[in-house]
Amino acid sequence: MERTEIFEIARNGLWKQNPALTQLLGLCPTLAISTSVVNGASLGLATVLVMALASALTAALRNLIPYEIRIPVFILIIASLVTMVDLAFNAWFHSLYLVLGIFIPLIVVNCIVLARVEVFAAKNGVLSSAWDGITMGAGLVVVLALLGGLRELLGAGTLFGGIDMVFEGARPLHVLPEAYPGFLVAILPPGAFLLLGFLIAGRNWLEERAARRARGAAHEARPAAA
Amino acid sequence: MNAAFAATARNALILFGFALAFTALMAITWGATRDTIRASAEAEKMKLIDEVLPPRAYDNALLSDWTGIGPEPALGLDAPSRVLRARRGGEPVALLLEAQANDGYGGPIRLLVAVGADGSVLGVRVTQHRETPGLGDYIDLHKDRNKAHPWIRRFEGRGLAQIPPERWRVKKDGGDFDYVAGATISARAVTGAVGRALAFASAHRDALFSAPGGVRPAGGG
Repeated sequence: MERTEIFEIARNGLWKQNPALTQLLGLCPTLAISTSVVNGASLGLATVLVMALASALTAALRNLIPYEIRIPVFILIIASLVTMVDLAFNAWFHSLYLVLGIFIPLIVVNCIVLARVEVFAAKNGVLSSAWDGITMGAGLVVVLALLGGLRELLGAGTLFGGIDMVFEGARPLHVLPEAYPGFLVAILPPGAFLLLGFLIAGRNWLEERAARRARGAAHEARPAAA
Repeated sequence: MNAAFAATARNALILFGFALAFTALMAITWGATRDTIRASAEAEKMKLIDEVLPPRAYDNALLSDWTGIGPEPALGLDAPSRVLRARRGGEPVALLLEAQANDGYGGPIRLLVAVGADGSVLGVRVTQHRETPGLGDYIDLHKDRNKAHPWIRRFEGRGLAQIPPERWRVKKDGGDFDYVAGATISARAVTGAVGRALAFASAHRDALFSAPGGVRPAGGG
């Protein structure tokens, strides 16, 4: 891999084609699990692991997979990997499994994994594909943690609730006063949709501003709608 | 036609090969992790038991003093289970029952209930559930954000003497127990199951304590 390629893949995963904000793929687990920072980031990190493995394995096997049956084979690869990761976590990282346990099987239904396997890993080398999986996953981690943080803060007034299950003895932050009644809608599914909408709007605004500045130097042209 | 058939057959064979290879991989992983997973499940169970019943309260070998019961609808179970019996100096201290609430929001909720010999609940823990993370999962002590007064501990010390069976419900249904607004179903399911388990343990208390003990094979299993 060249430097520019490494950089370009990372930029795609984290910003330009961010899975949750631009491709809008894998919304089902994104919206369901992002009720707190710890939940969101935990699911995100488990997804990073599966995406890296699935993309690398698919890239390694890509010349053996006939085009017509690629989708069933990809799904087979992803589902098997998720099962193996699930079992391995249960056996060897049990305390982490207690946190991630119910989320790991959910990764199977996250279409971002299949999407990257199909769009990228099936046409690229093993290292590039693994890196693509990692950075796409990282893009998801950032959004999930951000969304989880917003929902937790608005819904319960805390941050990092449940951190004691990941790090023994760590305590959640009570950002808002103890008397904060909690804004339940933020925790409920509608809150996830609303806040994700704000995050997407924020990202689009930043993109548009950047585009306007780039063009502004030449003349005052209105940027095309995103 | 023949060419198409040959291509299809080839693809089917390749897909079959992939299925075989990945099934083998999964089988190997399962075989390699099975014993560790079972051991950690046992350790997990002992840790849970310590939470509902302090180890100081009894002096018998708890895990080997059990009696088997058949599938018990009162406990919500459709398979046989074990009732553990805690004793101190030979005197009954507590019964430990497994119970299941089949009306959880995300599916069945498994519970471990300790009922004291005096007929009151000593402790309850959720051992398995699929309630919505961040919403209904407060029934699980470790997920409950109310660390000072976790919801699941509200049953402790309550017995049928103070609260009759028909009041083992959430307040919304005319019972005595609180719930978190927006996630009533999880609390309703657990409260009902705890009430039924308590009623079962109270009704069969003497029979359960005096039933011949099951034999646990040497070396544990």
